[in-house]
Amino acid sequence: MQSKKTILIKLFISTLYLSAFTFGGGYVIVTLMKKKFVDQYHWIEEEEMLDLIAIAQSSPGAIAVNGAIVVGYKLAGIAGVITAIIATILPPFLVISLISVFYQAFRDNLLVSRMLEGMQAGVGAVIASVVYEMFRGIIKGKDPASVFLMIGAFLASCILKINVIDIVIVCGLIGLFRARMDRKETKK
Amino acid sequence: MIYLQLFLSFLQIGAFSFGGGYAAMPLIQSQVVTLHGWLSMSEFTDLITISQMTPGPIAINSATFVGIKIAGIPGAITATIGCILPSCILVTLIAKLYLKYRSMTMFQRVLNSLRPAVVAMIASAGISVLVSAFWGSEVSLKLANINWNLVIIFVICIFLLLKVKINPILVMVLAGILNGIFP
Repeated sequence: MQSKKTILIKLFISTLYLSAFTFGGGYVIVTLMKKKFVDQYHWIEEEEMLDLIAIAQSSPGAIAVNGAIVVGYKLAGIAGVITAIIATILPPFLVISLISVFYQAFRDNLLVSRMLEGMQAGVGAVIASVVYEMFRGIIKGKDPASVFLMIGAFLASCILKINVIDIVIVCGLIGLFRARMDRKETKK
Repeated sequence: MIYLQLFLSFLQIGAFSFGGGYAAMPLIQSQVVTLHGWLSMSEFTDLITISQMTPGPIAINSATFVGIKIAGIPGAITATIGCILPSCILVTLIAKLYLKYRSMTMFQRVLNSLRPAVVAMIASAGISVLVSAFWGSEVSLKLANINWNLVIIFVICIFLLLKVKINPILVMVLAGILNGIFP
């Protein structure tokens, strides 16, 4: 294994590169992380990486940031976590800062504002198609409780306007309860 | 104290968004549009569009965008730190436990119950985005006030995404161009 300093520098550069050039969200970035750290550098074993990715995906927060944390932690402890996080958030931070500065001026331009208006319908369509695919995934699972939770959460958020954090907490508690029930059943 | 408010809001966004991708969107909408009024619904929709076309997670992009708008660069840094702090603590802790015990079935079972709720909340936020797109800043949601151009663009986009399976970024650019050239 290389010295800690070399690892940190390599970690910083590769995470920075992945973060700057990955479009399409967290699920894509963790796959690329696997390619980099497992297949190319051989720093992490395949099976362990899959579990680390599972942790990144199931913890709260952005998957790209979580992925950087697990890889950084595995490779170089807390120093690795800090290095990987800074490398991950630096590119979007700079890009969005730049855009924010121009946003107001852009927004007032008639053509740009018309295009942004059209893109609102476009992003609405993207969200609708994502929801449709996820919805189909849940329905295909054929678990009545999941379908019930989905309908309940939708009514709570869209009609009753209940705060999303409360919905997350309640569903998390229901999940905890169900997990315990499952465990009791498997023990019998 | 605006920095503290920004920090706490994005701390909650970071702590309660499970599932990645669009999962943070309903939380951001709730904190930034509904509770604090830092962005209008239309600005929020622009932000989601911009997030889609630039690298980086939606939550981090929002923290930077909202932070700068409300309190400049220091605001952006405060909001971003708030947003990643829960991940830093929780994920490091879980990774530590995992490397020690190598089991996390309980955790994943809990997540299975959260997933349907996350889908539902994204759907609900998506409806707000569409209402904002179709009706603009109109208060009464009557059919007469609807922007039919955008409805047609929406239908074309849905078709391209689900049937032709075109890349979402291209679809959004196309939607922008269509509305730009057909006034």
